[in-house]
Amino acid sequence: MNMELSRRGFLKVAGVGVAGTSLGAFGFGDLEAAQAAAIRPFKLVNTMETRNTCPYCSVACGIIMYSKGDLRKGENAEIVHIEGDADHPTNRGTLCPKGAALKDFVKAETRLKYPMLRKPGSDKFERISWDQALDRIARLMKDDRDANFIAANNAGVPVNRWTTVGFLAASATTNETAYLTYKVVRSTGIVAFDNQARV
Amino acid sequence: MTNSWTDIRNTDLVVIMGGNAAEAHPCGFKWVTEAKANRGAKLIVVDPRYTRSASVSDFYAPIRQGTDIAFLLGVINYCMLNDKVQWEYVKAFTNATYVVKDGFAYQDGLFTGYDENKRDYDRSTWDYQIGPDGFAVVDETLQNPRCVWNMLKAHVATYTPEMVERICGTPKDKFLKVAQMIAECSTPTKTMTSMYALGWTQHSKGSQNIRCMAMLQLILGNIGVRGGGMNALRGHSNIQGLTDVGLMSNLLPGYMNIPVEKEADFATYMSSRAFKPLRPNQTSYWQNYKKFFVSFQKAMWGDAATAQNDFAYHYLPKLDVPAYDVLRTFELMHQGKVNGYFCQGFNPLLAFPNRQKITESLSKLKWLVTMDPLDTETSRFWENHGVYNNVDTASIKTEVIQLPSTCFAEDFGALTNSGRWLQWHWAGGTPPGEAKRDNWIMAQIHRRLRALYEKEGGPFPDPILGLTWNYADPDEPTAEELAKEMNGYAVETLYDPADPSKVVLEKGKQVVNFSVLRDDGSTACGCWIYSGCFNEAGNNMARRDNSDPDDTGAYPNWTFAWPLNRRILYNRASADVQGKPWDPTRKLIAWDGTKWSGYDVPDIAPNAKPDVVGPFIMNQEGTARLFARGLMREGPFPVHYEPFEAPIANVIAPKIRGNPAARVFQDDLKQFATSEEFPYAATSYRLTEHFHYWTKHNRVNAVLQPEFFVEISEQLAKEKGITPGSWVRVWSKRGEVKAKAVVTKRIKPLMCDGKLVHVVGIPLHWGFMGAARKGWGPNSLTPFVGDANIETPEYKAFLVNIEPTTGPVTS
Repeated sequence: MNMELSRRGFLKVAGVGVAGTSLGAFGFGDLEAAQAAAIRPFKLVNTMETRNTCPYCSVACGIIMYSKGDLRKGENAEIVHIEGDADHPTNRGTLCPKGAALKDFVKAETRLKYPMLRKPGSDKFERISWDQALDRIARLMKDDRDANFIAANNAGVPVNRWTTVGFLAASATTNETAYLTYKVVRSTGIVAFDNQARV
Repeated sequence: MTNSWTDIRNTDLVVIMGGNAAEAHPCGFKWVTEAKANRGAKLIVVDPRYTRSASVSDFYAPIRQGTDIAFLLGVINYCMLNDKVQWEYVKAFTNATYVVKDGFAYQDGLFTGYDENKRDYDRSTWDYQIGPDGFAVVDETLQNPRCVWNMLKAHVATYTPEMVERICGTPKDKFLKVAQMIAECSTPTKTMTSMYALGWTQHSKGSQNIRCMAMLQLILGNIGVRGGGMNALRGHSNIQGLTDVGLMSNLLPGYMNIPVEKEADFATYMSSRAFKPLRPNQTSYWQNYKKFFVSFQKAMWGDAATAQNDFAYHYLPKLDVPAYDVLRTFELMHQGKVNGYFCQGFNPLLAFPNRQKITESLSKLKWLVTMDPLDTETSRFWENHGVYNNVDTASIKTEVIQLPSTCFAEDFGALTNSGRWLQWHWAGGTPPGEAKRDNWIMAQIHRRLRALYEKEGGPFPDPILGLTWNYADPDEPTAEELAKEMNGYAVETLYDPADPSKVVLEKGKQVVNFSVLRDDGSTACGCWIYSGCFNEAGNNMARRDNSDPDDTGAYPNWTFAWPLNRRILYNRASADVQGKPWDPTRKLIAWDGTKWSGYDVPDIAPNAKPDVVGPFIMNQEGTARLFARGLMREGPFPVHYEPFEAPIANVIAPKIRGNPAARVFQDDLKQFATSEEFPYAATSYRLTEHFHYWTKHNRVNAVLQPEFFVEISEQLAKEKGITPGSWVRVWSKRGEVKAKAVVTKRIKPLMCDGKLVHVVGIPLHWGFMGAARKGWGPNSLTPFVGDANIETPEYKAFLVNIEPTTGPVTS
């Protein structure tokens, strides 16, 4: 249901065919050929449709993303167009100036591609591998937790609190990511835990 | 939201105050337009600026930022004095008739029990009289001077139309027009909706702003009905979800609480959560707290959470302070007491107040990890960008690891919108480069940390080593697996307590919803309020049936709304004491003599008799609270307090600065300005073309609104010699920005307590990264203080100065 061959693309192809035939019947054969040659192929032909919701405000408008390539088949998929989902009860196909430009977010030049490290005092980021980044993070966490974890208060009550490391979660992530983040963060004893709801 | 975006079509009157839906939530605002076009609904906008919402309103009234409570208490006073009250609703469904304990009083802006040194109250008198039967004493006749209604009447008497004009700067005739229009909605067949957002939350008394309107809506009988309600428009796409799942210092999923130190064991923790009904026969649904808590612990720690170890109660951290909210955390960071910090899709360098302090704080970290699809200012806080980020890079010793994450288009899962709809979405694109999904990143962090504890040991590793991690691919749990865990499942086969031979649910099956959860460890549920979202019927969040029987606006089979697919909260209150809809044309549910049914999932037990069981089932009273007991830090009734930085003194209590119960750190107090030093009242806001600090990375949006500006009135421009489009310097006691001046008729000076107050508007979308021109955000100027109850920073009301200047030197 979430992905299907573009209906609009199909209709557009059919429409061009009909127009061409009637022009031909009036004896404009050469014109027809010239016109057909000049028409840019409709960009959504043979694209995959995927249902999503706009990631900006909490109206959560329905959107349809059109991509070249099918993720379900393990192919690389490049998003070429995003528009409002006319079936969605809230936005009924409309989008605001932010939502209408969503493709520019997906393809922003400042999208990050690789893990980077900025060393203390350095004036630049250096590319590192995921393994380097994640092993380093785990080491930094472990060392700090081992040094600063408060297992019990003065009265001997277990308090299991780690106050020297904090975690800000993102209120544009999914509920599922939020829940996983909750599990991982809380299991360490981190208490400085927050998200944009507070601001 | 108590209601939903699509329900706004059912209203008679929309009040937009503390928000600007036409610009900040444009596609949701269409339902205001629908109500206007199809029902003849009216729109009122009350705002310091003549916004685009105001431009399509039926009536606009200006107000000085930070004075909403005075305005709203003025409206309540008007309704009480003019008998514009939905009396049957108020008497039966609110605590108006409850008698308040002796000793409770209010004088000169303060309630009983204030301790100036602690900036806090002893709230022991803020409660009801309890009778010998153990229930709250009520006076159905409303004659007792100590009943809530009479106490409230006396409390709001100060807020006359003249007083409202004096405090708010709203001309008396405009205030009265608004009050009259609102008061008309006190009949059972007319309703009003409140649409608000950060214009109400971002104040040192933000919670009371909202509470004040909720009280008004109760007095008008507008909670629980179609076209009514308290509708928080909310900010980010999943800010509702992140709050629901409890990603805050003091929360567990589903609005349960992290223990505090004095709750030394599980029994003590539960003892204050018995939620005994305060009136006979009431539901007091939180009596089920233990079921939800134990099921959460089982979801977290599985076999490691047993009855013998109090279901791993001690695996949870215990707080020594009310919360390690972001303001406290950055204060601690500033004191050098925080070593490491993670920012997952968050840009605190631009999002938190007093940017200078934020930069200094981040610079004291030993390490910072960012996870984001975009190259944020926070991840480059150490990089010098001239005047836009003038830091001494070499002296900043923070190690920064920047991790590339996917964006919405490359991920699966559900977001919860402001109408509480959990809407599933699908990935349609391949992430760029080596960008990874957050689920993979979080799983990697956990697995690597766990491996280190397995190998090396360390202090109390049990909660890490025992964390439930039974995913098909432990390196990347899927969204479906996590959603199922939040929904909950049977840990053991469940039998019917009434008939132990009867199986209710087999081991391992998904629970249908939270009604079957148990407190003995036989069920697991990650987030009880979401239970029902992914049960044996499948992924209900992915449902796409957009039919709407009888055009009620409910769309009951579109995705899933928490709780229990209920579309309008408190919907029992849409019917009278006998269970008959107040307005037959706006029926929601009704009592047929044996059960409740209708267009929505009833917000009450299906067989609960209407004249016995009250509609506000989450409250111990069964009624809604006009008097909040001890649940709000600054008082059971809202009071007008000025912002910490205000252009005039508090008219009703001149000695009180700001909210007397708001927490203030010593160093920040020194950085609060007076109106002698900084004469202009500033506020911050969003634009239609941008979303926070995010869309400036997009070429189209950067073209639409390329450049930082501030907005001032023609009068202020003339007074300061500022020409339209020229450069100005705006500064507060904490920092300065330079911007182009947009001189408009949309902002006009206000006369407050005999003083002309100029308003300066500061939009918030610029920084030093992305496709737009470099600029600043209002957080270079804003004060480091938050709301007394939840610590949301006071971004909407502060003081600045302004002067003409030359543009910044750019290369």
